[in-house]
Amino acid sequence: MRKIAMYGKGGIGKSTTCQNLVAGLAEKGEKIMVVGCDPKADSTRLLLGGLSQCTVLDTLRTEGEDIELEDICKVGFKGILCTESGGPEPGVGCAGRGIITAINLLEQLDAYSEDKNLDFVFYDVLGDVVCGGFAMPMREGKAQEIYIVVSGEMMAMYAANNICKGILKFAEAGGIRLAGLICNSRNVENEREMIEALAEKLGTHMIHFIPRDKMVQQAEINRKTVIEFNPGHPQADEYRTLAKKMEENDKFAIPKPLEMDELEKLLIDYGIAA
Amino acid sequence: MEPMHKETTDVEETQINWKDIDPKKVKQEIMEIYPPKVARKRSKHFVINKKVDDENYAEIEANVRTVPGIISQRGCCYAGCKGVVMGPTRDIINLTHGPIGCGFYSWLTRRNQTDPSTTPDGHNFMTYCFSTDMQESEIVFGGEKKLKDAIQEAYDIFKPKMISVFATCPVGLIGDDIHSVTREMEEKLGITIFGFSCEGYKGVSQSAGHHVANNGLFTHVIGQDDTVQEGDYKVNLLGEYNIGGDAFLVEKLFEKCGITLISTFSGNSSVDHFRNSHTAELNLVMCHRSINYVADMMEKKYGIPWIKVNFLGAQATSNSLRKIAEYYGDQKLIDRVEEVIAEEMPAVEKAQADVRPRLEGKLAMMFVGGSRAHHYQELFTEMGMISLGAGYEFAHRDDYEGRHVLPKIKIDADSRNIEELKVQKDPEKYNPRIDVKELETQERHGIKLKDYEGMMPDMEESTYVIDDISQYETDKLIETYKPAIFCAGIKEKYMVQKHGIPMKQLHSYDTGGPYAVYQGAVNFYYEIDRMVNSKVWDHIKSPWEKSPELAAMYAYE
Repeated sequence: MRKIAMYGKGGIGKSTTCQNLVAGLAEKGEKIMVVGCDPKADSTRLLLGGLSQCTVLDTLRTEGEDIELEDICKVGFKGILCTESGGPEPGVGCAGRGIITAINLLEQLDAYSEDKNLDFVFYDVLGDVVCGGFAMPMREGKAQEIYIVVSGEMMAMYAANNICKGILKFAEAGGIRLAGLICNSRNVENEREMIEALAEKLGTHMIHFIPRDKMVQQAEINRKTVIEFNPGHPQADEYRTLAKKMEENDKFAIPKPLEMDELEKLLIDYGIAA
Repeated sequence: MEPMHKETTDVEETQINWKDIDPKKVKQEIMEIYPPKVARKRSKHFVINKKVDDENYAEIEANVRTVPGIISQRGCCYAGCKGVVMGPTRDIINLTHGPIGCGFYSWLTRRNQTDPSTTPDGHNFMTYCFSTDMQESEIVFGGEKKLKDAIQEAYDIFKPKMISVFATCPVGLIGDDIHSVTREMEEKLGITIFGFSCEGYKGVSQSAGHHVANNGLFTHVIGQDDTVQEGDYKVNLLGEYNIGGDAFLVEKLFEKCGITLISTFSGNSSVDHFRNSHTAELNLVMCHRSINYVADMMEKKYGIPWIKVNFLGAQATSNSLRKIAEYYGDQKLIDRVEEVIAEEMPAVEKAQADVRPRLEGKLAMMFVGGSRAHHYQELFTEMGMISLGAGYEFAHRDDYEGRHVLPKIKIDADSRNIEELKVQKDPEKYNPRIDVKELETQERHGIKLKDYEGMMPDMEESTYVIDDISQYETDKLIETYKPAIFCAGIKEKYMVQKHGIPMKQLHSYDTGGPYAVYQGAVNFYYEIDRMVNSKVWDHIKSPWEKSPELAAMYAYE
């Protein structure tokens, strides 16, 4: 079983990319579980055809200690197991602590045990690494491979670099590795070259460049992944390619985060200023 | 039959003459064990008492962060706010918002006594422990709802006049807005409800919590009731927490002298008294560290001056009574105070004469609180004992060196983190109790107002003044001097006793007390006499440690 975590700046398209990619893997017959680590609980919406109504934390709150895995794990597209950690309303409580609690509970319920015969577990994590809770999937070997979703926009690259700092911290203690950058294109000039250069500087590779296509949004409005909504569309093939590359990926690195001025230089060399 | 071992009577009467030991050398030896950076820091807290010039004593560093790992005596901000200042008031429901440990372990086991029969409603919540008992679910989703429910529940059951809420560390971390909750519930229930942002991690010690508590009392309680009480010489007593019933004795003494006590902060206290306290004429400050903020703020807002007093020690008590009488300058009070002193002193002198031969010249050390280590020296002096080492857990430089150093204290980030209220004259209630000129010059009838000279001037040259003492330093001082008695709190009790030295708690009094004013002084003399001269410490070594040799034969031999 490969344990994978997806990180990236908020709004970059992590959940959309993750679900489309997972759909591609599921088509190939892989058995997958997706754990949404976001209080909004929308990481599995496209796989389930709607928002999952019972998050781990909500169930924990209403049911108390007595929870069955079936209560919090729903089966989605092509047998993908979907679960959402959930969390508090914006502005109250501690979402980070919530993720820690949720992941621990999933482990206690043997969500990832051998007899589940899972090939992949995906953690889809909210935004940047903001506190200990959001780093949870990186800690204690909960995830081994980290993919960062990024675009050619400065703040997305800045966030990617920050996430690398988090990975570096846990890579030294545990076994986690940076497995690559996924460029979710925003149609920024020289985007592919810039992200390839960023990947190189970070000591990793850009595993795939996903072009921008409005089919993604169309499928999303219909609560489906592109692969399910329009299997013959070229954008579906992009995700299938990503899935294939990810299956075959063996480039796992300890990242070398950049200094701020190095990052700015990239933007000057390739970006708007170029 | 032959005794199996030799009876030992080696009660070592090796009285150490402290003047034979060079304190600089002792300090140097103690500092040697520390890494250089720690030694540099600790040596500023570890001072050998020395008068530098007419006004100043050797500078001490205080109220800064403890070096991690040195095993400090200190507590946290929450402890200072709830445990010290707010806890002893019987008719406030003190509700801890946090996981259960904070509330449970600060349940008043310190023996702050109270007498509910003296307030009409007879409320006394001190025997209860109130907590929201936060669970993981409240940490994740926020605890405001549970807090609201807890306030409602407490109100429904007890119908209190006031509820105060204390924030613990996790509440600060997850950002529960306790102040909006208390405002909402105050409006709903129509009683005074307010919160303290006294998260344990704030500041460097309990001291931060005292300040937070002072601010809360001043903002939400003091000045709510303008009723002027009957009586002469109306005073408040600030910083007397009625440990072991001390405040009861002070109250009785005041009554005897004809002094009217409006309120005490906060021993044997009631919300009713707090609300009314701004009608007093004079504030008497006992524990300078924990409550001087309220004294200062009341002076600014209402025009009530304050003077420092101490009712621990018979002589100190007489001095304080005379100071009050002199302040008023009223012959009737001056005469009455002298009568009371003359009445009280014979019993005290008799007790002194009794214990002195057994205690004269013996050494005492006390490391406790933020004022108590100073106050208790009076009692030891009266027994002929020497206070060789003293220090505070959470005091500031002014408590050691005197308030004249206040302008010189640099305010660091930890202190800035604690709100400093901007206080101005109350447009209606400001009423200077004495000549404005006297308030300006801070002097009346030769008595300095708003003044505290600190601990150092009352200690002998070359004694030890140590701030935030570590366990290692404690061990070494005990080993070096073998003092006759060591005073601190419960955390230090057993480590001291393991040295074979009696340990007197001065936070709580174990089973003893009260120790305030004249009657309390007599209690204290006999308590110390009993502890110091007990034979029990001679038996701390097992017989086989003293004479390990056993002589015996096998039966067949």
